[in-house]
Amino acid sequence: MHPLARMVLQRLGLGLVTLFVVSIIIFSAVELLPGDITQQILGQAATPETVAAFRKELGLDRPPVERYFDWLGGVMTGDFGKSLANQREISDLISGRFGNTLFLAGYAAVIAIPLSVMLGLLAALYRNSFFDRFINMATLSSISFPEFFVAYILIVFLAVRAQMFPAISSLNDDMTLLDMFYRAFLPALTLTLVVTAHMMRMTRAAIINLLASPYIEMARLKGMSQARVIVKHALPNALAPIINVIALNLAYLVTGVVLVEVVFVYPGLGQLLVDSVANRDITVVQASCLIFAGVYILLNLLADILSIATNPRLMHRK
Amino acid sequence: MKLLKTAPVSAWFGMIVILVYVVLMLFAPILAPYGETEIVAYEFEPWSETYLLGTDNLGRDMLSRLIYAARNTMGVALITTILAFAVGGFMGLLAATLGGWVDQIFSRAIDVLMAIPSLIFALLLLTIFGTSLGNLIVVIALLDATRVYRLTRAVAMNIVVMDYVEAARLRGEGLMWQIRKEILPNIMAPLVAEFGLRFCFVFLMISALSFLGLGIQPPTADWGSMVRDNASLITFGDITPLLPAGAIALLTVAVNFVVDWMLHQSSGLKE
Amino acid sequence: MTNSTETQNLLTIRGLRIEGKSGDHWNEIVHGVDLDLKRGEVLGLIGESGAGKSTIGLAAMGFTRDGCRISSGTIDFDGIDLVNATQKVRRGLRGHRIAYVAQSAAASFNPAHKLIDQYCESPIVHGVMSRDQAEKDAVDLYRRLHLPNPEDIGFRYPHQVSGGQLQRAMTAMAMASKPDLIIFDEPTTALDVTTQIEVLSAIRDVVREFHTAAIYITHDLAVVAQMADRVKVLLKGEEVEESDTRSMLNDPKEDYTKSLWAVRSFHAEPKADVSQACTPVVSIKNVTAAYGKVPVLHDVSFNIHKGRTVAVVGESGSGKSTTARVITGLLPASKGEICFNGKVMPGSYKQRSKDQLRQAQMIYQMADTALNPKQTIGEIIGRPVQFYLGLRGKDRLERVRALLDEIELEPDLYINRLPSELSGGQKQRIGIARALAAEPEFIICDEVTSALDQLVAEGILKLLSKVQKDFGLAYMFITHDLATVRAIADEVVVMQQGKVVEAGPKDIMFTPPHHAYTDLLLSSIPEMDPDWLDKLLKQREEAGQ
Repeated sequence: MHPLARMVLQRLGLGLVTLFVVSIIIFSAVELLPGDITQQILGQAATPETVAAFRKELGLDRPPVERYFDWLGGVMTGDFGKSLANQREISDLISGRFGNTLFLAGYAAVIAIPLSVMLGLLAALYRNSFFDRFINMATLSSISFPEFFVAYILIVFLAVRAQMFPAISSLNDDMTLLDMFYRAFLPALTLTLVVTAHMMRMTRAAIINLLASPYIEMARLKGMSQARVIVKHALPNALAPIINVIALNLAYLVTGVVLVEVVFVYPGLGQLLVDSVANRDITVVQASCLIFAGVYILLNLLADILSIATNPRLMHRK
Repeated sequence: MKLLKTAPVSAWFGMIVILVYVVLMLFAPILAPYGETEIVAYEFEPWSETYLLGTDNLGRDMLSRLIYAARNTMGVALITTILAFAVGGFMGLLAATLGGWVDQIFSRAIDVLMAIPSLIFALLLLTIFGTSLGNLIVVIALLDATRVYRLTRAVAMNIVVMDYVEAARLRGEGLMWQIRKEILPNIMAPLVAEFGLRFCFVFLMISALSFLGLGIQPPTADWGSMVRDNASLITFGDITPLLPAGAIALLTVAVNFVVDWMLHQSSGLKE
Repeated sequence: MTNSTETQNLLTIRGLRIEGKSGDHWNEIVHGVDLDLKRGEVLGLIGESGAGKSTIGLAAMGFTRDGCRISSGTIDFDGIDLVNATQKVRRGLRGHRIAYVAQSAAASFNPAHKLIDQYCESPIVHGVMSRDQAEKDAVDLYRRLHLPNPEDIGFRYPHQVSGGQLQRAMTAMAMASKPDLIIFDEPTTALDVTTQIEVLSAIRDVVREFHTAAIYITHDLAVVAQMADRVKVLLKGEEVEESDTRSMLNDPKEDYTKSLWAVRSFHAEPKADVSQACTPVVSIKNVTAAYGKVPVLHDVSFNIHKGRTVAVVGESGSGKSTTARVITGLLPASKGEICFNGKVMPGSYKQRSKDQLRQAQMIYQMADTALNPKQTIGEIIGRPVQFYLGLRGKDRLERVRALLDEIELEPDLYINRLPSELSGGQKQRIGIARALAAEPEFIICDEVTSALDQLVAEGILKLLSKVQKDFGLAYMFITHDLATVRAIADEVVVMQQGKVVEAGPKDIMFTPPHHAYTDLLLSSIPEMDPDWLDKLLKQREEAGQ
């Protein structure tokens, strides 16, 4: 087999194993619950009969391993069970919200990725210039801000004072796409600001690292112009680190949405997760965590595989 | 201390801010005009001479609570970070020094834990164990210990391959001697920088959880929950709720500036 | 175009000063160097690390690395003022009329492009020739440089070609635009000796054929003797002296230059033969070892007797360092055994007793990584004293001071210093003192002089042979440097691909006939004679026919 294909398959396998182990952790976290889950939900006043009945309904009288595989089997077919709080099918609760979350994260990514890669490249090329120092300060500050701080600043200035965008980003089904973009603008901008800083710094570091390679000096000593050095000699090798940076930040974005969704009352999965945690609606928490973790693992896996696939040393076998 | 003279403005700014915060933390009861949970007036009083920054949603003095929160939020973050370093750092050193299956087991386990985004994992664990202060500290410390482990192991690995560590091994030195005398002194610089960065992460994470209502619980004053409690004012264009958020931001910016300078110092000569 | 004649200078450098930035201020690293180079001439730049050779070499292209700048002086290349020329003019010269060959070809070729594409880049961009013409030339040059499959090798990626071949491909790339001047920056330093020969002779032939002027930068006197018409000796950014190669070798004027030459004259006193019947201090018996599943040593056996030095020679990958790891117990042998004074030792150092560990000590190649930078000299030497001999407090201090005396460093001056406050040679002495502190019977010296400048290396060799006499130590001396072997060895073991090829007393080993590989290895090590390479190539040619 081509060594590249073998490495990619290896990573895929590793990713699957990780996902499996993570699902076990998330499932068994509930087993670690101090005291009985039914007691937690029904409260101290519940009679032993109601507790027993509830336990049976949840299937808690069966051995954990059996329940785990039942649960996993359900998850595979899109059945996450029922909410403990309101008895609704979790898959119904989640499906629309997950889409909204992906929409928001995608929205932010579409702005953030080109912006930060470009800024990162520029900062690396004009290293130690005024521009670079300014960008360094600005991004360093920006990654130090809590997401909700950025969000509220935007609300104060763009929603309350300037009245340009809505402070609350409620969505509904019969909105046009344009409407959705308008309503989700502030949360998307918040995420963009936060993630751009990270991504830009990482891009800059990766490029600077690359520009220090002896082969870049060699290209200069061959009398190549700056533009040619960048395009012909640096970029083909920079692809892998940049892709890696992007995928890592997308993964970050997916979890960064949780806070932003809460601030803007955006109907996404993060909001649902936080509400369910507050209600101790454990089955919904499990399902949301599994989805978040799944996306996160997937993106990290993607970063890994793409950076292998774009490595020239691996592309052309010996 | 020649170093201090060459420190850039940003680092000086950072050090002064940190100093101010530490003073606030140590002398909160003296500096605060009112008590931490004392109800002194009506809700949401505007800024005035008696209540410099107004009052909060329960009629407590905003300035006093801001000052007490420095103590609470920073104290919790500090304890959590220290715990994370004790656990993660020690495991990282063990893995790097012993290598072999110890390293394999630790590293694979940490890989899996790190595959779950930390905020999500924290939410899951806090749901299960409840949101008491002790739980909060332990959960976040353990989650952050994974990151500390990664870094400590990586920097320690660079030292373990050095001939002087091999010389100590071949001399017959014990494990703790190798860690204490040969490895630890040589990785202190990156570890101190990482401590600063980790503190920021922990601090932001605790604030985020408090903001979500799942972190430090009322009536303890805490910057994250203060933003949450008073958020309704923002819709009226009042920036008072931004003050605690700003307090968080200012400290993390300050720490980051100092760490950035420290990292530049230790690696800058090569550049 | 200029009407150049043989007598006219191609490159003239006057009063060149270069500064390097450290922290916030600039330090001068090249202090007013003059340099003249005629067309077709090869000038050797020689000096220790920090002499400023590479910096001057790059300046001859009008190039300074980041954090360096030319502060004064002139660089005239064929009538063009390189210091004041525009970036565009300088760029037009680089890769076109002045080319560069870097030390590490593996790192200096772009991993993303095929060799031929990188070859063709300069001639096409500088408008020297068409792609077709360039490709044709490339094949011709590849052939002249004795690269295998010259037709196809260009279509490979850098990581698909071996180090010695890459270095030749890089020379070809430098020749692509038929430059007037090539800067060779230690092109063979990273190569094994047997590979070095091929590259040296290839470079020399091509440079001669195309009548290209060259600046050949190296720290190796024997190499420069083969390559250069004239030699310029540099020390800490200043010229020491310059003359044509032969008179430089036969009659150096300056003390510093003489001291560089003198190194080769040291020889340890010959020792009386020991009876092979008496029990050797260390005995390696039929050792086979592997890293994981990769076998690295096959059936290795040899003995080391009290008071004697066994030199183990071989190229990288020959297994000489692995043998040391097996002896110390870092890599337990999968077959065979290690005996100290006739007793079998446990395979792993973890199972050996403190006393067993004490008997075998090690001195490392890189003194920088061998001493803990956070411990003082007193702590570094004092630890084994306390650990093995149980001395504490005043006794321990006394012993450390005695050891510092033994290695000829003033105790009061050095005992509280950190390794960073010592020179390379002093650090290596501390490494010796640490080994002696354990009062061992046997010391492994792993390339202990190869990272040191030659004069310093000689001091270390003298010290090692003094303490050997004082304490009756047995040495295993790993090295690839034949001069060192001649200077210090009693017996020689030649290794290749994990096997002992030949072993025996030094006198016999240096007298033909040899095993074929020993012959190849010994003959490949450059000598100071400027005719050595010619003689050798002729010899090999005759032998081949």
